[in-house]
Amino acid sequence: MMKVERRVISVIVQNEHSVLARITGLFAARGYNIEALTVAPIPDSNMSRLTIETKGNVRVIEQIIKQLHKLIPTFKVIEHEEMVEKEMVLMKFPINESLANIQALCEAYNGGIVNVSSQHIITMIADEPKRVKHFIEAAQRFHPVEIVRGGVVAMERE
Amino acid sequence: MEMTGAQMVIEAMKLEGVDTVFGYPGGAIMNVYDELYKQNDFKHILTRHEQAAVHAAEGYARATGKVGVAFVTSGPGFTNAVTGLATAYMDSIPLVVISGQVPITLIGTDAFQEIDATGISRSCTKHNYLVRSAKELPHILKEAFYLANSGRPGPVHVDIPKDVTAELAKFEYPTHVEIPTYKPTTKGNVRQIKKAAEAICNAKRPVFYLGGGIIHSGSADLVREFVAATQIPAVETLMARGVLDHDDPLLLGMVGMHGSYQANMAMSEADLMIALGPRFDDRVTGKLSEFGKHAKIIHVDIDPSSIGKLVDVDYPIVGDLKEVLDVMIPKVKECVDPDKYQAWREILKRYNEIHPLTYEDSDKVLKPQWVIERVGQLLGDKAVISTDVGQHQMWTAQFYPFSFPRQFITSGGLGTMGFGFPAAMGVKRARPDMISVNFTGDGSILMNIQELVTAVESRLPVINIILNNHYLGMVRQWQTFFYDKRYAETDLSFQPDFVRLAEACGGIGYRVETKEEFDEALKDAVDKGVVAMIDVIVDRDENVLPMVPSGGTLYNMMLEYKD
Repeated sequence: MMKVERRVISVIVQNEHSVLARITGLFAARGYNIEALTVAPIPDSNMSRLTIETKGNVRVIEQIIKQLHKLIPTFKVIEHEEMVEKEMVLMKFPINESLANIQALCEAYNGGIVNVSSQHIITMIADEPKRVKHFIEAAQRFHPVEIVRGGVVAMERE
Repeated sequence: MEMTGAQMVIEAMKLEGVDTVFGYPGGAIMNVYDELYKQNDFKHILTRHEQAAVHAAEGYARATGKVGVAFVTSGPGFTNAVTGLATAYMDSIPLVVISGQVPITLIGTDAFQEIDATGISRSCTKHNYLVRSAKELPHILKEAFYLANSGRPGPVHVDIPKDVTAELAKFEYPTHVEIPTYKPTTKGNVRQIKKAAEAICNAKRPVFYLGGGIIHSGSADLVREFVAATQIPAVETLMARGVLDHDDPLLLGMVGMHGSYQANMAMSEADLMIALGPRFDDRVTGKLSEFGKHAKIIHVDIDPSSIGKLVDVDYPIVGDLKEVLDVMIPKVKECVDPDKYQAWREILKRYNEIHPLTYEDSDKVLKPQWVIERVGQLLGDKAVISTDVGQHQMWTAQFYPFSFPRQFITSGGLGTMGFGFPAAMGVKRARPDMISVNFTGDGSILMNIQELVTAVESRLPVINIILNNHYLGMVRQWQTFFYDKRYAETDLSFQPDFVRLAEACGGIGYRVETKEEFDEALKDAVDKGVVAMIDVIVDRDENVLPMVPSGGTLYNMMLEYKD
């Protein structure tokens, strides 16, 4: 068995009808798994950027990349190696938890409190996926009621 | 100039030089058919089932290399066409299939005859479009033809809502296509080609592994030149039959599950495989870990995702085969010594002497292989041969003396029963100068038998030769070999009277049980030039051999079956 690797791939596609379905369909049809997916238009262009986090052995990853290239609306596929990776998380806590402690925890992970209502506090952090995992573990002591992870975005360092 | 969407569709067909459209009208595509009614620039052939329309368009495309075109309506019209799209997709056949769709205002409302057609076709087309305004139509249609027949060819589906076919817009048909995201690599990497050429000259036991890409890229002549110059033996995949002339002494026959002994042994013992446009299908490779175990592999393909998909390749070359061969052949000619492979050729010749591709003929019952060989003797290169799928298909691939590319029209990748007859109609339409023969089985022919009506009405004289063993033969063979003869639902003893069926539709039928009767029937069918069904009663228990059991190794073929 070949080693299973985690990979982050960015795909630049023409911003057209059903392009996202083409990409996710490609993964689904071949039984490949998408761990996380982030999509947004690229400013001042008719392109969109998708960041896909996936897992598989080397041959599977190679096939994924070739198949992504093969889609007609695909402009570019970037296989990230030396990259800056960030993921965003929104987390909702009951109002009776310690505001100061939550604030301190969030600051340690590049974030803070973004909303306070009569019932809940909402926090936001943006950090590397591994650190996001740590944050979620650490935040458990404040009894979060809802967690929304945003998926990875990545940029080559050079 | 302003036109309705429907007028644009018709106009685009003319501008693309389409001479035939196969199709079936219905509610959502009626505006297009109304415009079609008003023109005489191209012919529409009305099949009796949408699946057959697409297969007929495929037959046309496979016989000519031009884009085949089919029109179908929304909903069931489109879903019937899907098998045809998938068949073309698997074999890289250029098609443009245009379907009607419910009006834009009704899309997503579960309207009458609505289906998410582009959602369905996404996974079995090279590309697809849902047209959202008549303004988009000219460039979408232009792109569809371009995409279908460039790079790795394939089917393109254009879904047009009914209100778009009625909408007026300016018609300016683009003269060329610019898709910034689509740039197929056609020129192979020169350094890599050079390395591959050196590998060929240094090999001791090289073999050409010829695939369907040779036919699609129109490089069969170059391949013939390459083989002749190097004197390296060659195997052909199912899709490459006809690349080399059947009597070329360097042709080892078909490779794979039902390949010849010498072809499969050549692949197993080679030290270099020169793979030109094949896709390493599991029906060819058998057990992957044992495939080409002693060989370095050169793989030339226009589709990068085909290279290294299943086996590791030592010399990957992405490019159009024709352009790559233009560079590679002179480089190989510089260094090659054809005499060097003499010993290797002798070994393979010896393999062929030990286990030639053969069968035991009989005077008591017609053997299917005899029938195919006989058609080959009588019609040879005057016929284009289509098949359905099953034992008859493999026997045809093994025993028909193919002598030119595009002479063999068959559903390889998808293995679509019901393909042969409509495809043969498309062949006849594309090549009226040729005799169009479809070898079929008693199982396969019933899957699109309604096309007898189309063939008669449209004067497309196809000769269907049913190799009738009263079985779903290939499944029966597997049940014999691997399921202790439990013939679950493969006994087709109950059959229609094929002769009367042919006659009921206005064709001519023959029932044949002896060699003399067969010769007479075939001669009569050819002479009369009408739609014919020759129902040939053959040996019920004949098997296709050699056989590499699924997942087995090429060098461990079953060469005979003993009860």
